[in-house]
Amino acid sequence: MTPDGVRRALFGFYVALFFAYLFGPLAVMGVTAFNDSAYPQAIPFGHATLRWFGEIASDDELVQGFATSLRIGMLVVLVAVPVGLAGALVMQQIHARARALYYLIVVSPVLTPGVIIGISTVIFWRDLTGVTHTRFLYNGVTLTVLGQSSFISAYCMLIFLARLQRFDGSLAEAARDLGASRGQVFAHILLPFLRPAVLSAAVLAFLASFENYNTTTFSILADKTLTTVLAGRVRQGTTPALSALAVMIVALTVAGALAYEVLRRRADRRQREERRTAREAERRELQPALEAG
Amino acid sequence: MRSAVLHPWLPLLPLLVIAGFWLAARLDRRRGESFMRRNGLLIGTYLVVAVGVWMLVMIVVPQISMLELSFRPKLPPVAMGGPRDVYTLENYRYFLFGSTTDTSHWNVLHLRAFAITIVASILITLFDLALCYPLAFHMAQSARPARLRLLLLLLIAPYWVNEILRAFAWRIIFAASGLLNTALLALGLISQPIDFLGQDAALYTGLSYAYLLLMIFPLYNAIETLPHEQIEAARDLGAPWWRIHRDIVVPFAKPGIASGCTLVFMLCAGALATPQILGGPRSLWFTPIVYDRFYQAFNWPLGAAYAFILLLTCVAFVLAVLRLSRLSLGEITR
Repeated sequence: MTPDGVRRALFGFYVALFFAYLFGPLAVMGVTAFNDSAYPQAIPFGHATLRWFGEIASDDELVQGFATSLRIGMLVVLVAVPVGLAGALVMQQIHARARALYYLIVVSPVLTPGVIIGISTVIFWRDLTGVTHTRFLYNGVTLTVLGQSSFISAYCMLIFLARLQRFDGSLAEAARDLGASRGQVFAHILLPFLRPAVLSAAVLAFLASFENYNTTTFSILADKTLTTVLAGRVRQGTTPALSALAVMIVALTVAGALAYEVLRRRADRRQREERRTAREAERRELQPALEAG
Repeated sequence: MRSAVLHPWLPLLPLLVIAGFWLAARLDRRRGESFMRRNGLLIGTYLVVAVGVWMLVMIVVPQISMLELSFRPKLPPVAMGGPRDVYTLENYRYFLFGSTTDTSHWNVLHLRAFAITIVASILITLFDLALCYPLAFHMAQSARPARLRLLLLLLIAPYWVNEILRAFAWRIIFAASGLLNTALLALGLISQPIDFLGQDAALYTGLSYAYLLLMIFPLYNAIETLPHEQIEAARDLGAPWWRIHRDIVVPFAKPGIASGCTLVFMLCAGALATPQILGGPRSLWFTPIVYDRFYQAFNWPLGAAYAFILLLTCVAFVLAVLRLSRLSLGEITR
């Protein structure tokens, strides 16, 4: 073999190992979901069964946790996307001297371990609601939404900042010159431009919330989300029902990811079409002038 | 309720600072126009309130109250606000010496867990970097578009599975009657099951597995922007492959490397689910210890102190990475 061939073979071997490492455990888990043995096993494979899937559906605690996770996820989207957007817009306008400090503060939750965000949220709200006699706010769902939103807003902000970098400020200025109010510029120029970013941020926020464990396990108090129920189960003991659940979650997320991709492509296409229409209209309008000139 | 020095005005703090922001926004005159005029009243208010609440109520003040709690003694509710409710270093003393008063012995159990967590997190970070770099380089510089799309999809796919279930998958493999032991026994390589969970082998494997994606993407993004001509020029000039990487690719991809390392280290050192699931009964990762201070021992002040120590370590790590790579925070959080 030539040296080049050896190198290519070695690299192929490395890539194969890499993906075996990545997918091996998941494949094993997938197999155990369908194996009819009380302990999650891939070998020996007895009979193929679907009974573990049935067990999931009739598990009240899991179903309840799933519902709580969904609710928290949606609330986090409602908080984190507007806050992240505001964060990005302020970042753009803030005085250059304050920008570094501002950025440090709002990005710090991304770099703070999730457990610490959970801990500090619980401590703060325990004290705050105690002092202000608003104990009803001290509940798992509220605290989890607040805790998760602190860092998920930062994710959203980073998405918006990336998109805003390509925003053409002269568009807004032109609209202002033509008599549009600030609100109109925001609603008719900035928001439509940011639409793809809003969609990405919402999806990301929901997913990040849905699968969060580190912050949630502290801030959820007496309630339970899907991930905290799961973690409890896995620590107690392993049953193939958990594998079945994993298979279901993967199937759901794949469906979600596909739906998101379709939506995104459709939005892209619409935007391209709008841009083309605008260009054509512009050309048509300029044509007489060009011909005259 | 507790009536410590800080508490009576603590709830007012956010309102005060929002008012301060408001004032600053009104006074700010850039391009001759104030913040409020530039954005209009409605949107300006939305921006100030949203960012103010986020920064203060959700980020800064909770951290301050955690820090404040860490300097307080653990007291029964009746004694709170009483004469014994004073600021103290006893929680930090406990971390070092295993007792709030006696300083003659080190708190070996917790100090060791802390040291192991930090050292293991650094080693796992380096392992992930070494594992991901060749693939990231291949994807960014030599893979064809169709192949690249496939690789990206394959890399993201495992992360659709929850972190807990990924740890569970490793548990199926590493358990006493799991796949690995069954296979080794069947092959006759061992006569008794190996306790992978107790030996922490499962924990380290699971942790390095959990955050691979967060290493490979920053690397890929950074290497991708390197013009391929630079590598070709170096190759044409006779540079061996290792010098191309050492002198061209690595310096260029430094922000990506720093960012990937920071993320993986932070997530490892702060990991909770993976150690809870894959750690043996004797393995001590620092984060579960923090968790137990809160919800097993119900000693919140001590837990707050432990959490603050962890936070401080992570900040120190980020600063060290920034110093070593001579980068700014903005460059690694892109």
